[in-house]
Amino acid sequence: MDVRLQISMVFHLDKCIGCHTCSVACKNVWTDRKGAEYMWWNNVETKPGTGYPTSWEDQGKYHGGWEQKNGQPDLKMGGRVLRVLNIFHNPYLPKLDDYYEPWTYKYEDLFNAPEGADQPTARPVSMVTGQPMEIEAGPNWDDDLGGSPIYAANDPNLEALTPQQREELFEIERLVFFYLPRICNHCLNAACVAACPSGAIYKRGEDGVVLINQDKCRGWRMCVTACPYKKTFYNWSTGKSEKCILCFPRLETGQAPACFHSCVGRIRYLGALLYDAEQMLPAMAVSDDKLVEAQREMILDPFDREVQAAALKNGIDAAAIEAAQRSPVYKYVKDWKLALPLHPEFRTLPMLFYVPPLLPVMAKNEDGLYDASGKELFSPIEKARLPIEYMASLFSAGNNDLVRYALKKQYAVRLFKRMETVGDIEHATVKRALEQVEMTEEEAESIYRLTSLPTVDDRYVIPPSHREEAMQMLNDDMLAEKGMAGLGFRELPVRGA
Amino acid sequence: MIDNLLFVIFPYAVVILAVAVTAQRLIKSGFSYSTLSSQFLESNELFFGSVPWHFGIIGALTGHLIGLLFPRTVLWFNGVPLRLYILETTGLTFGLLCLAGIVSLIVRRITAPRIRAVTSRLDSVVLLLLFIQVALGVYTALFYRWGSSWYATSAVPYLRSLFALQPDVQMIAPLPLIVKAHILNAWVLVGVFGFSRLVHALIVPVHYLWRPYQIVVWNWNRRKIRGQAPRPRRQPTGVAASESEAVIGGRPAFTR
Repeated sequence: MDVRLQISMVFHLDKCIGCHTCSVACKNVWTDRKGAEYMWWNNVETKPGTGYPTSWEDQGKYHGGWEQKNGQPDLKMGGRVLRVLNIFHNPYLPKLDDYYEPWTYKYEDLFNAPEGADQPTARPVSMVTGQPMEIEAGPNWDDDLGGSPIYAANDPNLEALTPQQREELFEIERLVFFYLPRICNHCLNAACVAACPSGAIYKRGEDGVVLINQDKCRGWRMCVTACPYKKTFYNWSTGKSEKCILCFPRLETGQAPACFHSCVGRIRYLGALLYDAEQMLPAMAVSDDKLVEAQREMILDPFDREVQAAALKNGIDAAAIEAAQRSPVYKYVKDWKLALPLHPEFRTLPMLFYVPPLLPVMAKNEDGLYDASGKELFSPIEKARLPIEYMASLFSAGNNDLVRYALKKQYAVRLFKRMETVGDIEHATVKRALEQVEMTEEEAESIYRLTSLPTVDDRYVIPPSHREEAMQMLNDDMLAEKGMAGLGFRELPVRGA
Repeated sequence: MIDNLLFVIFPYAVVILAVAVTAQRLIKSGFSYSTLSSQFLESNELFFGSVPWHFGIIGALTGHLIGLLFPRTVLWFNGVPLRLYILETTGLTFGLLCLAGIVSLIVRRITAPRIRAVTSRLDSVVLLLLFIQVALGVYTALFYRWGSSWYATSAVPYLRSLFALQPDVQMIAPLPLIVKAHILNAWVLVGVFGFSRLVHALIVPVHYLWRPYQIVVWNWNRRKIRGQAPRPRRQPTGVAASESEAVIGGRPAFTR
């Protein structure tokens, strides 16, 4: 057993209202710079939709992530030799237009325009060339199903649905969507790390944050292709790749990352997970439908004496183990099995988990009426407007049972609380519902509490960094080793000649 | 006299300059080392410029290096006409690849607005110098048919005399002007090297072929902090010295 610690995340999609506050917080702190204007380390996309960059989930187009080749995991974009040969021109590199061309407006024209009959306007100008441009796409161009015939209709996850299901999904007045906030998953088997020819990308041993050493990055841009979530970005101005750093300077001082901190819907949870690094390769080798369970298997019980001993032996501090015991992520992922990874079939072992949404609308709309009155206990879930197959394509590599279980469990909690607060459901019914998902009333209560009433301290359980350790980082040779860190610079980030 | 200035003093000056500047940059300013790739802004035209250019220049420079290291072998090889033709044709092919590549790169720099936005003055100078260099080289290959033998018998002794610190320009004095210009422009390029994006030639990621896929870096020095046995920063099979992560089937280890 090789126990390591990972700062891990859960996003509760039922609570996301799609306000983009997280994106703006991140943008203001990290990517409001030349060459980074187009980057959204945190973005919120509408599902069904093609997301950012457009169609990022379509690995037939972008060639990201891993695949099993002759029983060995290798990058979908090809082997090592091919990668070195492709450094002069990476055939699968997304282009600026796959994201969007960033622009600003010539606001000064509003003030400087000579007096005339017309109202002066602020023309849009490209932030790359500085020239006037036509705005044809932007971040969240398909927000709230905007332009669905172009965007939502091309969502790769719709392939999991039957033509009839697909048609129903886009019936006018019956449209349905939910939001999917995305940041870097800080994967255990990060494809970006593996693809970097310079060896500039690394995982921090202490907390598992994946960072790009800006001094070692040479701009070969293989990470951009390799990351199946398209969460590494190429800064066209500095010639370096950049990515979400999980606000590690905040983590180290016990604060939640900016996107977490600013989350209006309080959908975000952050905490430590202990996992067994030895199980990584076996967990990657299983078939698609078993991937989630294999990943759950890797996550270790922080209350287990043996795990604790092995963790201590590996240099994980007792305080960190204690934080892992209080981790909300552990509860959602392992205890309650409510949270699932995004696209586990990319096989990077992503460490950001999503609680699939019970909303937006549970039952199908028939003749203008919602029918939630099915005779079966969980019929609203089976009849969910967003088919289970769609959720399974997103969160469980097609394993419908896992999604069904997570939704049923949330529904059972709802029944349980309705019985308590409204009192129009019989106890026997609730008991039957709880039994079907093997849940006790205590568990239902704690799921309810952590979902609906969590305090900041419940949501963010950050293992304490040690002050003396923080001092260590200021050591000169440490700087050399890490190149400071993901985005930090030891020198001004000036474009090399 | 002018020959001494151009082909002895100037080369020594630019080589010292190149070494000093490049090393200083490498040590002090890792951030400034980048390919500065513009593929993200424009990809299709880049393919027809970058790929022929890079493979062409690698072939051409390798040819020059072989000639420099084994001039006698080259002369012996050229002893049979057929072999001479093969060598000259190979050289010319690489040269033409370079030429096609550099021309399309220059055209791309000029015509694509997004690429113009990321073009510095030094970039333009470098492109121009490279174009001149390749054009002179291709001209030599085309119109001085025994270029490879000439190189072995005149330019190589000259270069070796420079390396031996006993400079002797006599060897290249009688060469045609075009060839002399080729040599001189090469020294100009050496001079520009350290200041320009050309430094990316030094950072070819060959070590990627055998490094483990996953890299883990530990922040703090464990021994200093908690008196624990330090985990070696770089174990041969990686930080996780577990069996499952050791070398798999002769491949590099998966994790470090």
